[in-house]
Amino acid sequence: MAAALVADFGKRFSSGTTIAVELRLETDTAPVSVLFGPSGSGKTTVLRCLAGLERPDTGRIGFGDQTWFDAATGICLPPQQRRIGYLFQDYALFPHLTVTENVGFALRGARAARQARIASLLRLLDLHGFEERRPSQLSGGQQQRVALARALATNPRLLLLDEPLSALDAPARAPLRRELRRVLSGCGIPTLLVTHDRVEALALGDRMLVIVDGQIRQSGPVHEVFSRPADLAVARTVGVETVVPGRVIARADGVCTVEAGTARLTACDPGDVEGDVFVCIRAEEVVLERGSLSRMSARNHFSGRITAIQTEGQLLRVTLDCGFPLAALITRSACEDLALAVGETVTAVVKAMAVHVIPRDGTAPSTTPADR
Amino acid sequence: MDWAAIALSVRLSAWTTAALLIIGLPIAYWLTFSPRRWKFLVEAVVALPLVLPPTVLGFYLLLALSPQSPIGQLYGRLTGSTLPFTFQGLLIASVLYSLPFAVQPFAAAFAAVDRKLIEASWSLGVSRWATFLRVIAPLARPGLLTGMILSFAHTLGEFGVVLMVGGNLPGVTRTASIAIYDEVQALNHEAAAQTSLFLLVVSFVVLAVTYALQRDRSVRWPLHL
Repeated sequence: MAAALVADFGKRFSSGTTIAVELRLETDTAPVSVLFGPSGSGKTTVLRCLAGLERPDTGRIGFGDQTWFDAATGICLPPQQRRIGYLFQDYALFPHLTVTENVGFALRGARAARQARIASLLRLLDLHGFEERRPSQLSGGQQQRVALARALATNPRLLLLDEPLSALDAPARAPLRRELRRVLSGCGIPTLLVTHDRVEALALGDRMLVIVDGQIRQSGPVHEVFSRPADLAVARTVGVETVVPGRVIARADGVCTVEAGTARLTACDPGDVEGDVFVCIRAEEVVLERGSLSRMSARNHFSGRITAIQTEGQLLRVTLDCGFPLAALITRSACEDLALAVGETVTAVVKAMAVHVIPRDGTAPSTTPADR
Repeated sequence: MDWAAIALSVRLSAWTTAALLIIGLPIAYWLTFSPRRWKFLVEAVVALPLVLPPTVLGFYLLLALSPQSPIGQLYGRLTGSTLPFTFQGLLIASVLYSLPFAVQPFAAAFAAVDRKLIEASWSLGVSRWATFLRVIAPLARPGLLTGMILSFAHTLGEFGVVLMVGGNLPGVTRTASIAIYDEVQALNHEAAAQTSLFLLVVSFVVLAVTYALQRDRSVRWPLHL
């Protein structure tokens, strides 16, 4: 039997807002699923209901063949019996305990075994030398790593991460994002990660569930959800842009070359990117041209066939196939000037600066060859 | 100075504090964490001794503890003795009279513990009881200490309830505050002054130490990082 977390529950708040969530996470392949939504959409409540910290009003939550919650029979397993790892947004480290005591808080068994486990976790998360520190003596990033080590210590069946990087300032975020990706793909524990940050979703997620107003509106591979939102609410939430999986093939002089589909893109090198990445291009940054190109500063020119033209308010969204799907947002008058129509071939121009590369270090199980 | 009375007062205070630790902690825990809507009623009952005249409390206690009452009868059957005008009866009265002085600081200290820390412990698989011992109690320690010291100091100084329930039996129920009253009645002002000064100094030292300890701890253990 395929192990999975299956949840279908509802909760009503005294303020009048309700959440009604239906989700399924495959837990035998250990992917990272991202629960993405604007603040106030009920993301954290969903996580708390899954953890057993909050009790839904209706529905059912099951993990494998174990029932965690069932409104009909009144079953509601306490968090202690769900064997999960929960990472709180502000980490919730025990302020009166040292790093070692925090990480080993829930460990049982022989002293030597516990110490070995703590030592291996501290090594994994690069926390050597901080064993005797208290949380107040650590930086935000170190606290985050201690909290992650603590959550991993008991080998949970499911990791629930609530905005794991949001409490950090921007410079600390990028290296920790990569670190988190490495640890999550290394530990082999299925993970549900809550975030409202697009970069975080792209960098960490294999699958993505978009929650709007307490309801899951779309789920699928991350780049697919970003590139093909199911409805307007999802599109507004994720912000439409082209997101394609790619691979860094060269880096030099502050720019990197990324292979995406059959095309090659030039992008500003955001730092030490390597290997698998996501390439993001906002539709409003794409310029369409007809005919021969004169010399220009923009580094990326793609010849492509128009596959769709859709109205979007006052603007038109033009989708091209130029080795990878690319969306451009243009005015109606521009469309008329260029006499654009489905099936025509045009050239898309994108500056290197407008090509955002998001690193995805580690393995990415759900990025299937078909996506490449 | 009436050393026997002072010794009795200290003994009564110590027993009361110990009893309040056992009774007060679960009450405070329940008041802090229970989702019940009617818990304000329990809060009101616990706070009653703050506003009730000690004579009123003492009167009802006398009725409740009398050998004719169910409690008195049960106690009589178990121990073969009665409660009014005994040290045990005095202890029960003191515990009830000082209940708010223990429960309120305890509950305030529990409420000040970040709820997320408790949930973090639970989600790590640690039981509620172990979470109380390893997270809540250590973080609430300054408040628990305050509650205990207030209970001790308040019992040391109680008068009305003792007089109503305990009477004035030397060595059994004659506490320091009653001894002072007796000395004044007997126009023995010098003895009254000595015992009074002793109680004043002890109370001040106890409270000063409490506040000093709390200041120290709040610096060393910031609860919110």
